[in-house]
Amino acid sequence: MKRQSYDGVAVAVPVSVPYVRYSIETAHWWIARALKQLCDRAGIAHGDLDGLSVSSFTLHPDTGVGLTQHLGLTPRWLDHIPMGGASAVVALRRAARAVQAGDADIVACVAGDTNHVDSFRKLLGSFSRFAQDASYPYGFGGPNAAFALLTDHYMRSFGATREQFGSICVDQRKNALGYPNAIMKKPLTTDQYMNARAISDPLHLFDCVMPVAGAEAFLVTREDIAKDLGVPFARTLSTIERHNAFPDDPVQLRGGWAMDVEEFWAMSGCTPRDMDVVQTYDDYPVIVAMQVEDLGFCDKGEGAAFLSTRDTTANGDFPHNTCGGQLSAGQAGAAGGYLGFVEALRQVTGQSLGLQVMNAKRALVAGFGMINFDRGLCSGAVVLEGA
Amino acid sequence: MSVLDSLTAEIASGGVRIVDLTHDLTPDFPVMVLPPEFGQCQPFRMEEVSRYDARGPAWYWNNISMSEHAGTHFDAPAHWVSGRQLPNGTVDSLPLDKLIAPVCVLDFSAESAADRDFLLTRAHVEAWEGDHGTIAPGHWVLLRTDWYKLVGTNAYLGMEKDGAHSPGPDADAIRFLVEERGIIGFGTETVGTDAGQGAHLSPPYPAHYILHGAGRYGLQCLANLDELPPKGATLICPPLKIRDGSGSPLRVLALVPGG
Amino acid sequence: MTDPIAAPPRKDPQQRTRSPLLPPVPRSRAALLMSAAAARGELHLQGCLSCGARIYPPRDACPTCLSVRLAWQKVPDRGHVIAETTVRTTTDAYFRERTPWRVGTVRLDIGPVLMTHLHGDVETPGPCRVRAYLDKSGNAVLMALPEQETPNMADDPELRELTATPKHRRVLVTDGRTAVGQATAHALSDAGASIVFIGVATPWLPFDGQDTLTAIPNAQIVPLDLTDATSVRELAGEIGGKTDILINTADHVRPGGILSRQGLTTTRDEFEINVFGLQRLAQHFGHGMVGRGADGVNSAVALVDILPVYALANWSAWGAHSASAAARHSVLQCLRGEMRAGGVRVMSIFTGPVDDDWRQPLPPPKVAPSAVAQAVVHALENGTEESFVGDIAKDVLARWQVDPKTLERELQG
Repeated sequence: MKRQSYDGVAVAVPVSVPYVRYSIETAHWWIARALKQLCDRAGIAHGDLDGLSVSSFTLHPDTGVGLTQHLGLTPRWLDHIPMGGASAVVALRRAARAVQAGDADIVACVAGDTNHVDSFRKLLGSFSRFAQDASYPYGFGGPNAAFALLTDHYMRSFGATREQFGSICVDQRKNALGYPNAIMKKPLTTDQYMNARAISDPLHLFDCVMPVAGAEAFLVTREDIAKDLGVPFARTLSTIERHNAFPDDPVQLRGGWAMDVEEFWAMSGCTPRDMDVVQTYDDYPVIVAMQVEDLGFCDKGEGAAFLSTRDTTANGDFPHNTCGGQLSAGQAGAAGGYLGFVEALRQVTGQSLGLQVMNAKRALVAGFGMINFDRGLCSGAVVLEGA
Repeated sequence: MSVLDSLTAEIASGGVRIVDLTHDLTPDFPVMVLPPEFGQCQPFRMEEVSRYDARGPAWYWNNISMSEHAGTHFDAPAHWVSGRQLPNGTVDSLPLDKLIAPVCVLDFSAESAADRDFLLTRAHVEAWEGDHGTIAPGHWVLLRTDWYKLVGTNAYLGMEKDGAHSPGPDADAIRFLVEERGIIGFGTETVGTDAGQGAHLSPPYPAHYILHGAGRYGLQCLANLDELPPKGATLICPPLKIRDGSGSPLRVLALVPGG
Repeated sequence: MTDPIAAPPRKDPQQRTRSPLLPPVPRSRAALLMSAAAARGELHLQGCLSCGARIYPPRDACPTCLSVRLAWQKVPDRGHVIAETTVRTTTDAYFRERTPWRVGTVRLDIGPVLMTHLHGDVETPGPCRVRAYLDKSGNAVLMALPEQETPNMADDPELRELTATPKHRRVLVTDGRTAVGQATAHALSDAGASIVFIGVATPWLPFDGQDTLTAIPNAQIVPLDLTDATSVRELAGEIGGKTDILINTADHVRPGGILSRQGLTTTRDEFEINVFGLQRLAQHFGHGMVGRGADGVNSAVALVDILPVYALANWSAWGAHSASAAARHSVLQCLRGEMRAGGVRVMSIFTGPVDDDWRQPLPPPKVAPSAVAQAVVHALENGTEESFVGDIAKDVLARWQVDPKTLERELQG
């Protein structure tokens, strides 16, 4: 059965609430700020929202349900997406179908998290059952250790070097310096990257994101409504989503994109070369490499080499993570899964807050997340085209 | 002034001295040891209930447990098979006039020091009487061996592969004291009224057998007999009033004339 | 190469003692079954009884066929390390003060992929064998060890956290009057204990083997009567702060059941020593041990109790003794939870009838005191929570695991 297109769906109003390292506020507070900006810039009252999709790690004991009463919303469509770095892609997929079916007209998709001084430790302590049973008792390195094992295996398998991974981080930092909301404000050199403090070998300090507080949001609606509101928008050319792909791979060297990549490009009517800007989910450089491989930009095992030989700044030959990605902008919990999407939406609608990729029309956004124990289970991707 | 008022006045002024013949009742005070197939003599044990703490803020007290025959203790006639049917044979039913009575102290400490298995014989008693006069009826007789000084050492029980080794009386000596001298009871510094090797005498454990068979009493684990005169002191030794008790730990005191 | 652990210097009396912390505690119920096997020194993994798939991490349904008929089974331990990392920073307080800490991804030859601790002598990539140990929180963790024994293998810092090895530690053996106590004292001295305190009650009563005690290297005879709270308290006052391993070898055993005995004085003696004696030891030594659970090379690590396997089911010919063993077993279970806060392991050494004077009329097989002693050392060196010594104890365990009720009938004869 051929998948239905996303005709008639508009993605609009990219909102980023500036990140801070630590916040005493709650996730509710951050999400409210994002929603308010979303509604103000769309020129609507928040009561006009009839759909809400929420992603957050620190909303407990509430879910999206609690937020409806907390924030005075009465939606006829509600979704809570606990998929970490894949949240934006999945939120779009759900909201788009709701809008196409007429189940909702104006859907706010929002991700937000606070970061108290003990948020990260507490989050890790109860992240998933498999992590509790089979990962954290072993050094409690958190995702850093799990991805270190992954990176170690990847490097042994394909001969990738730390220098190659470092170039990804260095370029992203250059992009971050142009992005006003980035938490990292200083340039990063290759030497600094190589000599930084080891976190969990082979990962060093600049391979790891900094947890922060923040929120991101966008609107999903019908094209005619977007035009009525007078907001620039993008169309969705294709999406994919996959969870627990390749469970028999002893160590994760490929993500779910590899299962559905052909369908992805076929549905979009594009090839990888047609992308003007690429936003990957960058919790760690090795996952960035994996995404460019699995989404068809190069062969398996070549991802780090590929990116290290490109200029991935906003003005380069392969604009990638143009606001710095999480590695430089910071990871605001589940909002980390929205960062790339919202940036891509800005780029293809000409609304960049930092460096604007010239004539950016088509963007690839990939999402990845939820390291349950030893591998990230969620993956997704979307091609956006500025209208 | 009555006799009693005179007595208490003399005590108060030091004219009459009180000598404590009792060991401290402590968990490490040795007790007699029986063959393992038999029930054993439970040593003294103390469990603190509270000590001005959360268990009881303003008071200190303990629960205690022990065999009737632990520490300085009294043996009643019912304790031995030979005395089992005698009337007034348990500690709750003893005639009280036997418990405050004159006492003769027979010093055989030198002989005991030379021979840990020293046996007191009738001849020894008669020799003592030659020096100190006949033992009149209605006396307690205590055998001084200075064994109390050995408490805390292996020599107190002298337990070896062939049994215990400590001094005591032979059958004839006890029979003589009971039948011909009318003693109230016999007391020693060792764990038993009998010698450590008493099982091998005839009858076995003759002090127990003969004393209790005749309705007389025993005192054991006495201390400080070396502070008592051979004659002239008064022994005070009421055991606890345990219903049907065979004996009990007690405070044994001696009143000694002349400060 | 593992460097041998040096004997620790004398403790600096001016320094605060490091508080014991624990590795992550929570586990799912399914994972507890791995802990149960690890408690007995075995590596068990889940298998699907419907389709035969081997499953890890622990779960509630088979990912291959969705059956819920899952069972834990002993599995071959060979595998290969295919990735490794050295954790240098962590938000967890326990591991934070123990970094750098090496962990790896191991693929077992039978299939499942595991995250494990890595012994320093294991290389990546490289072969290994995987063992399940209990960590200081009392939960099972997996460790990849070299295929063959390597020099000073037990001194690997990660492995030492998972075991209670007596090397360089100070040990109290509570009853030196018996052959089991004497053999245990010998064995602990041979195993590298720096001091073996040997408790002796009623010193004014001689006992067999008395002279051999003073000949044990590093031994110190100390007064200890488990029936006397004062004795236990005073000894704890003197040596409690340097008791790293406490081994309770005391057991008062007499034949007879409930109806077959007259009165309760013998039974009281059995409970006084076997149950209350253990509690007195725990009350007076336990807090000190818990407080010193992370106190350097010679930290307090284990309270070991040797008890009859008839704790599991009553052998009516020795019924009162069995009852005291059952109570003793329950006391140990309680202590196990209470002493966990210090990461101090409470270990049970279950034995069948020991070859001593009271068991003289029993036919073989009986357990030699030296076998008990070796079992104690083995349990300490492997961190084994429950050990079963000798043929009878293993037999009783096997029958108990099938159904305790049938075992009850079998022991009633």
